[in-house]
Amino acid sequence: MTESGSFGGEDVAQRWFPVAASSDAPFRHVAQAKLLGREYAIWRADDGYVNAWENRCLHRGVRLSIGQNEGTELRCTYHGWRYSSRSGGCTYIPAHPADAPAQTICNQTYRCEERHGLIWVTEAGTGELPRHAAFGSSTSEDASLALRALPLNAPASLVLEMLEAYPAHTAAEATGSHSFQFQVADGDGGGVVAFVQPVDEAHCVIRPVLVDAPPDSRRLEVLRSEALILNRFREVVEQEAASRPSTPVIERDILPVLGRAASETSVSFAPSQSRTELRVVVTTKTPVADGVMSFEFAPIATPGEPAVLPTAQPGAHIDVQLPNGLIRQYSLTNRSGDQERYVIGVKLEPESTGGSTCLHETVREGDVLAISAPRNNFPLRRSATRTILIAGGIGLTPLLAMAETLHAAGQPFEFHCFARSQAHLPFASRLEAMGASVTTHLGLDPSQTARAIEQALGRHEPAAHVYLCGPAPMLDAAQQIAADSDWPEDAVHFEYFANTNEVDRSSSFEISLARSSLTLSVGPGETILDVLRSNGVPLDASCQQGACGTCVVELLDGEPQHQDVHLKPSERAAGDRIITCVSRAAAGERLVLDI
Amino acid sequence: MASVVHSANVTVTDQRCTDPVVLNLWHPIAAVLELEPGGEHRSRLLGAHLTYGITSVGDLWASADGQELPVIERYGYLWTSLGSPEGGDSLGIPFEIPEAHEPDRRNMNAGSFQVATSAPRAIENFLDMGHFPYVHTDLLGVEPHTEVADYQVDIHDGEIWATDCLFFQPVAAASATGGQISEYTYRVPHPFCVMLYKNVPTDPSRRDVIAIFVQAMTEETVRVHNFYSMVDETTSDNGLRRFQQVIFSQDKPILENQRPTKLPLDPRVETPIRADQSAIVYRRWLTELGLTYAVIPA
Ligand code: FES
Ligand SMILES: [Fe+2]
Repeated sequence: MTESGSFGGEDVAQRWFPVAASSDAPFRHVAQAKLLGREYAIWRADDGYVNAWENRCLHRGVRLSIGQNEGTELRCTYHGWRYSSRSGGCTYIPAHPADAPAQTICNQTYRCEERHGLIWVTEAGTGELPRHAAFGSSTSEDASLALRALPLNAPASLVLEMLEAYPAHTAAEATGSHSFQFQVADGDGGGVVAFVQPVDEAHCVIRPVLVDAPPDSRRLEVLRSEALILNRFREVVEQEAASRPSTPVIERDILPVLGRAASETSVSFAPSQSRTELRVVVTTKTPVADGVMSFEFAPIATPGEPAVLPTAQPGAHIDVQLPNGLIRQYSLTNRSGDQERYVIGVKLEPESTGGSTCLHETVREGDVLAISAPRNNFPLRRSATRTILIAGGIGLTPLLAMAETLHAAGQPFEFHCFARSQAHLPFASRLEAMGASVTTHLGLDPSQTARAIEQALGRHEPAAHVYLCGPAPMLDAAQQIAADSDWPEDAVHFEYFANTNEVDRSSSFEISLARSSLTLSVGPGETILDVLRSNGVPLDASCQQGACGTCVVELLDGEPQHQDVHLKPSERAAGDRIITCVSRAAAGERLVLDI
Repeated sequence: MASVVHSANVTVTDQRCTDPVVLNLWHPIAAVLELEPGGEHRSRLLGAHLTYGITSVGDLWASADGQELPVIERYGYLWTSLGSPEGGDSLGIPFEIPEAHEPDRRNMNAGSFQVATSAPRAIENFLDMGHFPYVHTDLLGVEPHTEVADYQVDIHDGEIWATDCLFFQPVAAASATGGQISEYTYRVPHPFCVMLYKNVPTDPSRRDVIAIFVQAMTEETVRVHNFYSMVDETTSDNGLRRFQQVIFSQDKPILENQRPTKLPLDPRVETPIRADQSAIVYRRWLTELGLTYAVIPA
């Protein structure tokens, strides 16, 4: 066995090993574990999901095991970066609170399972965690009891080797690689299965599990003799280990991001055609208000890959490819780090071009839909002293994600929801769960609405922020009220569902691409985005009507004619960026783009 | 699941340095005032075992493994070199801090602390403002003031300068009495030395200087010498030392939990953001200097 490496076997990266006891990952704790020379941060989210991540913050390499488990997210101690449960993606970078972290900033996650009171990890395995024969059916598995782990100053390979050489010491039998079995006392049922966790070249941990937990009356006796047997065995193994030349301990995974970074750069420039490349299944479709349906999307598992959705930050939206060929954008209502499902709310708009009708009428539970990864052009500043959320109708969806994120973190916020009536208020039960932080305003006319918004805003204080989402007339009015109440523009954040302005596409003009010194012309009826894409410049876009801001490009020179509803007045005035799906230049002009 | 890239690395931190760039630098060893006249002190530098001290007549000396080393005194510290430092054996200077020569300055060592990290990691931590609200909560930073505004980083005369660094600080210094937006200038004149300049509240034409001079004992252990050159008259030496000690005790557990301990110079290995502009330039600068000690070269 020693010839095949100090870990006692080939292909160890494919195998599953226990790395911790379930009890090492209690509520809101982060444990550190080591397997095959690699360190892991192990933490259980509030929903029970156990995460096994590389123990190293992507930012500056600080161990994540000294970070804070915030329930659905893990926060790094050094600069407060937050990472989502399940996906491991970064949800927040406090040094740049106005920017949404790129989808590519994602921790290395490992497949992880809980069984027999132990947490199991595989470094690169694609198969399922195998069942150990001693535990038989799943019913007897429930009776198992994980015993105290025994760390050894000896390599795992030596433990296995010594089992063969000195069976008498333990009366133990090797039961396949990396585990052995022994009886403690007569009549203790299945006895003990001891799993061997190879820590590194010089250390391992023996993790014994009693196949059947003994009755209370015999418990002490069984535990005592089990400990005696294993301690004796440990002594023999450690003595032998000390008498052999020591193996140098190799620290693995020192530079893990390299390979990934290279492949991820290509992901962020992926051609736009593949933007709805994710497949999800509709798990529930339920009415959540008059004319509003909520849809839950779950990831589709592929063999050997955990079924995990890409990281969503509060305020993010996805593109949904509908069975009728349309692509529509919907905000996610999930709070940050709550990633088991994506939940959207869709209002039936019979007048519209058929996106909502298709979802309401055609799409059923069990259907598979193609969606894009979440994009966030509406980021939430998560350490503001005061946060006001103002929602009109279905505009509540992105703000619900923000409210629940702040609520879970115990941070104060004021969530004002405007709706025609109680029956029209979407997700009322989730609103109710947030108690006094939510105020509903029902059946108000425009002037009453304006007054309520004015009251909700009050005077601006330092580090206060307001987020607005709703129908265009309400948003226009609210921005005006905020400006009149001396709210600075950089504290007022908004997202329009749609651009209801008339878009003029008549001019023809030129664009120069600064980085490739290419000049292209945009004709009447065409958009900058169209022309860029048809010339092979991959540019991400989503709503294509100047509302979501995904297709923004930096502008180096030229007079833009803005026609979007995404940029703030000062951003428009600065003239240093342009929303390429609707905005253009006057006839005969030229824009220099930083691409 | 992304594929796992293995890069095995056997870390031997104890070996003597062979990097000529680092060997030929002056390195800080100890605060002269803390040396006992006639005594013999021991420490390490770049893996070598040092003995050093001050004779009863006030001459500084140092030797490594029995071999005599050049020494100089600058800013109250004993500096030595294991190679041929710039400017010849005992005439060279590590770098100039003109402010420290002003007659009404208080120059002092605010503590020498040992940490299990590499010298360049310690330098980057000193340059980093983003961690203030999280690591030095209520002292150097506090939520919600987490944003790091863009600042300017340039290389002048072979030194890194970061200017227009603004950050909200509840207690920026031992003498401060309330929150304020501090404006800092950072300067890296030596691969293992960094300082910051801060306007003196009572006299905006002058600047306090706070520096760390890092003694690389081995690639992965350092002694950090905290140098203050202050115009501030309100805080006692002990007050300054205590403040520095608190700040340092907050940084230490972070530094000792950074992996890898040596600084990776390849920009793809970690995830820099705009706030890390000074660190980005520092890593590039080390690469250009050809430095290989205590780093993982790109
Ligand atoms: S090292 Fe983790 S947030 Fe910076
Ligand atoms: Fe610090």
